[in-house]
Amino acid sequence: MSRKVDLRVAEERLFKGLMVLALALVLGSLLSILGIIAWKGLPSLSLAMVTQVPKGGYYLGKEGGILNAIVGSLYLGLGATLAALLVSLPVVLYINVYTRRDSWLARAVRFALDILWGIPSIVYGAFGFIVMMALGLRASLGAAIITVALFELPIMVRAMDEVLRLVPEEISAASYSLGATRLETALRAVVRQALPGLVTAVLIAFGRGVGDTASVLFTAGFTDRLPTSLAQPAATLPLAIFFQLGTPFPEVQGRAYAAAAILTLLVLTVSVLSRWFSRRFSRTMIR
Amino acid sequence: MSLRHVKDALARRLFLLVSVGCCLLVLPLVVGLCIKARPVLAQQSVAQVLFSSDWHPLQGRFGMLAFLVGTVYVTVLGMAVAAPLSLLSAIYLAEYAPRWVRTLTLPLVDLLSGIPSVIYGIWGVLVIVPAVARLGEVFGVYTSGYSLLAGALVVAIMVSPFMIHISREALSAVPEGIREASLSLGATRWQTVKCAVLRRALPGVIAAVVLGLARALGETIAVLMVVGNVPGIPHSLFDPAYPLPALLANNYGEMMSIPLYDSALLLAALVLLVVVVAFNLLAKGILAVMQREAR
Repeated sequence: MSRKVDLRVAEERLFKGLMVLALALVLGSLLSILGIIAWKGLPSLSLAMVTQVPKGGYYLGKEGGILNAIVGSLYLGLGATLAALLVSLPVVLYINVYTRRDSWLARAVRFALDILWGIPSIVYGAFGFIVMMALGLRASLGAAIITVALFELPIMVRAMDEVLRLVPEEISAASYSLGATRLETALRAVVRQALPGLVTAVLIAFGRGVGDTASVLFTAGFTDRLPTSLAQPAATLPLAIFFQLGTPFPEVQGRAYAAAAILTLLVLTVSVLSRWFSRRFSRTMIR
Repeated sequence: MSLRHVKDALARRLFLLVSVGCCLLVLPLVVGLCIKARPVLAQQSVAQVLFSSDWHPLQGRFGMLAFLVGTVYVTVLGMAVAAPLSLLSAIYLAEYAPRWVRTLTLPLVDLLSGIPSVIYGIWGVLVIVPAVARLGEVFGVYTSGYSLLAGALVVAIMVSPFMIHISREALSAVPEGIREASLSLGATRWQTVKCAVLRRALPGVIAAVVLGLARALGETIAVLMVVGNVPGIPHSLFDPAYPLPALLANNYGEMMSIPLYDSALLLAALVLLVVVVAFNLLAKGILAVMQREAR
């Protein structure tokens, strides 16, 4: 009997040890990523990096910065997120307010978006490229915005759907009983109740879109200038990092690390902001 | 009918249209890639493309076996590392961890799941690749470090935060009563987790693994940066590999200059799409069956 207990205790200890080890390994790796980006990137980070576009011979180690990529990434991220939002919001409102949440259409939409969610961004990139070719367009900010919006769409809808599902039925019931239409209920009661969560969903999609490389590889092109219209090519941060790492010059590689630090900072800021937002504004919700 | 009701009716139709459009969005993806892939398939049979490793674009021969095998190896190996790591971490966070560990760790894991893949790639080049090269020395194998193993490890760390998040949620959703019942029968904590909690949370855990798998399959830039990109079937962990997404990303520049090359690459994208969608459907089927049996 006591032997059996010993075995059980030993198994318990073994697995607990393994669990702590696994968590330490994952967290350690993740922290080492942040550590190494900071360690490699911060020394090369300068004011010129974030205020200037690349000048002649930049990719050989001469003067300049990556303002083109920073601005390009922000334009791309904002444009794509806005486009994705314009599609996502009607979809989640339809499947949560207009039909019953478990109706066949709602289920079909969720199913389709789960499938889309799993499709790798490089495939979206290839698709964007085909559409671009078919329409006779060149690689441009506009083409990239459409591609990234497609990539962000399932991420945003899924996140928003989870939020809207938590909105209690009573809120819409109260709104209907006051004579409000579905649209009024959707926009004034349901969206307001879920607003912090919706903002978080938008920010999550923005973060993923800004950080994604594979989808813009075919569609955004690359340029040293700031984009002034949707028809012009645009540089993006992930691509700037990727290209600069590929050069054999240590100075340029150093700047790639600095650009990586900027990108990481941008994404982490958005992420922290979204958490702060959902906590700060959850006060306005009716419980 | 008042203006309010007109607005409502219009919005209903518009929202319905957008929703149905979203449902059908996967069709243009598949059809577009199929149309573009046809020229290659007109010349070579599907079997030739999928099961031959004869990749000579200049001669017009496009056998993708090496890339398919590379994709499968990197994904399977990556998941073999990531699944136990994430599951053990998630169990610890859901069942064992003291409160302060939880409040410290969970936001961190979430934050880190948002880090872009290029950053993981840089980390792979700076940390994993040299480590794999050293490991190769220990085993007496010459390797540059840019290898199948490096790709798998980077993918594993990339998908872990995400898998931890989902499986922890599934574990936390298991009702407390189940744990109490098991503990009151004299089971240890681990026995409770193993026999009661995990069984209940299994669909969620499987979903976590499948979603992680889909991400690992399609991961492009981070893998491309560390995996070596040599078209050939890898024979050891230390050999370089060349997964499909990396093939696509590396050759987009030249694809218009060689005849049929663009068609072959877009066929590669189609293959990737089909594999990922098939995996997702399979997982959904399994989950549906499990949920029916649980009832």
